[in-house]
Amino acid sequence: MLTLTCPVCGVDACETELAAGGEAHLKRFGPGSTDDQFEEYLFLRPNAKGVHFERWRHAMGCGKWFLAARDTATLEVFGTYSAQTTAPPADIVNAIRAKRPDWSPET
Amino acid sequence: MSELASALPGAEYEGIVRVTEAGLRGMVTLKADLPDAANGVKAVTGQAVPEPRRINAGDVSVAWMAPDELLILCDHARADQVVRDLAEQLGTAHHLAVNVSDARAMFTLTGDTVKDVLGKLTPADLAALPLGEMRRTRLAQVAAAIWFSDAQTAHVICFRSVARYVFDLLALAARPGGDVGYH
Repeated sequence: MLTLTCPVCGVDACETELAAGGEAHLKRFGPGSTDDQFEEYLFLRPNAKGVHFERWRHAMGCGKWFLAARDTATLEVFGTYSAQTTAPPADIVNAIRAKRPDWSPET
Repeated sequence: MSELASALPGAEYEGIVRVTEAGLRGMVTLKADLPDAANGVKAVTGQAVPEPRRINAGDVSVAWMAPDELLILCDHARADQVVRDLAEQLGTAHHLAVNVSDARAMFTLTGDTVKDVLGKLTPADLAALPLGEMRRTRLAQVAAAIWFSDAQTAHVICFRSVARYVFDLLALAARPGGDVGYH
């Protein structure tokens, strides 16, 4: 069972109280973009085994979206943070580096 | 005018805890920028805006539901007046106050094992839930809000459309012989 701490209301929420929202930090390509860019934005995901950033919504609680960093293989949670960010904040990156020295934000 | 009725008037179950439907309760949802609305809420309800997840209980209770949402609990007959008073107090400040009394059902559980009974139905860590803190979670398949006013008394709010489902769940979890002795 995955337990994520909602950074909005502070509740330790079980994954069954949450709604998964897919990969985080996607850059939207809409009108004016090429077909390839739009396809990549809409469909192509790295499906990482390891460190992954995800969107979650506290559906059975405060109803707000937040982001989580976790390992898709071990289910280890590195931290949760505000959805109003375009990249993982420094404390999350440091928490991941502490556990996964080989990892870098670009990969 | 049709007669007012709560979701399950007089519903009651006596097992290892006592489950009762709380009857007609007034509930007003307020969506607003809470720091800006604090004075208005205080003027209408007499309660300060609670800290996150807390419920300030009294004749009129105010519960924190989300960073931009409060639930005001009052007498059923007073709810419309609370909405009007809030509209007056908050004036042009962007807000939404709605009387949701008849959209909700409320249950009260009393007994020594209320935490065990609710613990069968929710993934929330009830051992870590302080008195006077509202935990929005789920009971089996539906959303609900739970809080304890003392160690033997729990309150549950759910949508009226699922009131029978929630009552049956609570009654089943409270059946004699179902004590798990965990909490």
